[in-house]
Amino acid sequence: MGIHVEESVCNRCGTADEPMCVRDCPGDLMFIQENGKAAITDNRECWDCAACVKVCPTQAISMQLPASLVVRGVTLKGRALKHKTTWAIQLRDGEVHTYDTPSTGKPPFTPSL
Amino acid sequence: MSIDHVELACDLLIIGGGAAGCVAAVEARELDPSLRVVVMEKAHVYRSGCLAAGISALNAYLTVGETPESFLRYAVRETVGVVRDDLTLSMARELNAQVERVEDWGLPIPRDEMGAPLKRGRASIKIFGERIKPILGKRAEASGATILNRVNATGLAMRDGRVVGAYGFNVRDGRFYQVSAKAVLVCTGGTAGLYRPSNPGVAAHRMWYSPFNTGAGFAMGIRAGAEMTSFEFRFIPLRIKDAMAPTGEIAQWLGAQQINARGEAYLEKYYEHLGGKRMLTQDRLYATLMEYRAGRGPCYLDLRGVNPRKLEGTIAAYLSMAPSSAMIMSDEAYYAGHGGEMAPVEITGGEPHVVGGHGLSGYWIDTARRSNVPGLYAAGDVAGGVPKKYASGAWAEAVLAVRAMIEELPQGELPQLLEADVARERERVYAPIAQPGPVPARELEERLQKIMDEYAGGISVQYGYAEGTLRLAKLHVERLRGELDALGAKTPYELMHCHEVIDRVEVARTLIAHMLHRRETRWHCYQERLDYPQRDDEHFMIFVNSVLGPDGQPHIIERPVQRMSVDVVLPPLSDGAVIRKPLISSPPTGSSEDV
Repeated sequence: MGIHVEESVCNRCGTADEPMCVRDCPGDLMFIQENGKAAITDNRECWDCAACVKVCPTQAISMQLPASLVVRGVTLKGRALKHKTTWAIQLRDGEVHTYDTPSTGKPPFTPSL
Repeated sequence: MSIDHVELACDLLIIGGGAAGCVAAVEARELDPSLRVVVMEKAHVYRSGCLAAGISALNAYLTVGETPESFLRYAVRETVGVVRDDLTLSMARELNAQVERVEDWGLPIPRDEMGAPLKRGRASIKIFGERIKPILGKRAEASGATILNRVNATGLAMRDGRVVGAYGFNVRDGRFYQVSAKAVLVCTGGTAGLYRPSNPGVAAHRMWYSPFNTGAGFAMGIRAGAEMTSFEFRFIPLRIKDAMAPTGEIAQWLGAQQINARGEAYLEKYYEHLGGKRMLTQDRLYATLMEYRAGRGPCYLDLRGVNPRKLEGTIAAYLSMAPSSAMIMSDEAYYAGHGGEMAPVEITGGEPHVVGGHGLSGYWIDTARRSNVPGLYAAGDVAGGVPKKYASGAWAEAVLAVRAMIEELPQGELPQLLEADVARERERVYAPIAQPGPVPARELEERLQKIMDEYAGGISVQYGYAEGTLRLAKLHVERLRGELDALGAKTPYELMHCHEVIDRVEVARTLIAHMLHRRETRWHCYQERLDYPQRDDEHFMIFVNSVLGPDGQPHIIERPVQRMSVDVVLPPLSDGAVIRKPLISSPPTGSSEDV
């Protein structure tokens, strides 16, 4: 459990010098495997900050909590857009809850509080 | 691994590209665009440090009606008198200007119809902070400062008693960096991972503080002779269990009460002598532990009756700060069923941290954020004496430091590093690779955490300690220190882990020395001397400081508290306390900000 990269979806950010998940992980835990797909070196080191999840342009990365904690089967995906971040939390029965959070810019913000 | 060498020279070197470091870089380049500014950052400035996941509030801001003096009163009360008034006031005066500056850079701050930021507490405002770190990092990049991402700082370069630069290595390619500078600002954050963490095994890094903040700035300063203050004021967060996420979003924003397993509002019911609902942040944790001991635990934040729509807003706020907590809350909501009542959220204490932004620990500095070592300045979580400064206070301190650094910048040539010093640091840095020992960093890290947990007041002993246990902590940490040459690394990344352990051990031995010296209990849980359970204002209304002596041991220095003209009512001494001096015993005022 932890960070999971869907290899069929990852495109290693095309021709970018450094894929964005590899760039942004504060623990320097993401790397590109020999097959050209991103992966995490060690989920034990992960802080669950979701930086890699949000920055992935193809949304190949999802996050689950370690099974040694309480949550099983809850999955988080997200996408950082210019002025907002969109989120999807998939619950254990498959139901998906979505959220938008403002991320840059001036009011008015949607959603309101 | 071949070890290449990168040599750089600059006017200002900023070590750590987090909240303080990014703002420092921008401030320096704006004040003087001709300055050569270098930022040394162990990850990438877009998502490094404490703010990687984002934050949903700024907890150091003067809301309408508040003043620097009222902020100081709040700080004095929370630290039971031991606080630097001069530093707190100078920081508080800068807070709002820096918050507005970062708002201009793109940080979304919701405001009311009068234009004031939405208030979460007296010194706390709501923000949409998911993107806060990229906003800061991109601004630092655009400032024209040279950003050295992936360079882990290891030591300060000295010449004639002055700091003249720093050393580090690239955590990907292993190259050695030597950067000479006219002045150096340390802002590397606090220290996580000193104590055995709340969560086990693969979940160990699911903690409140950034697990990547490993005390490098403290350790470099200690080795360079910088004076450190108040390490014994350990910050222990009262957090949402398992996710270890901040409680402020629920406690302050939703107004959820702390209840025990019987559903009683226990702060009011059992702890009126500590201030009841208005008790200090540390006493909220203490009361929660006491409830457990009294058989009324565990404790919760009560979400029953909270409007489900408002709860959705809270989940969104947690996504912008502690995403795992949003996942846990969603799962709880699932169990509650559609339209069902939310179960109360269980709360618990995390492991202790040495961190200047929440607590008091760090470099002993003056109002210009100068350390006692010429050429060396400190800001943010690594700087001591001011509690409750958090992210916006780190910005304020960064700006104050940079202004002084520029004003005092030595004229003339850039300093040269001494070849012998460079060679010595290179040898020290690469020892785990050049002559690899048999032990991976993780094993010694776990050993340190076990020692600190069991003998120096970790979670397993409910944060309490005494002379005898501290003596054992000291003995075992010194033994561990003697075995650091057993560390081995195969890659630059593993080498970084080795230095994280080396630095944490330096922080731990300083911490133990400070804990041994304060023979009283001033801050429940944070500093809980079981053998001296009372507060002793006569002897310990002081700062406990230290410097590394010529014998390689931390030497304690006592510094007086200098109260400026602020009338502050300290909490009354607890029952049975030996009152040696008359103390003001009226009930405390103001509310503590549990964040």
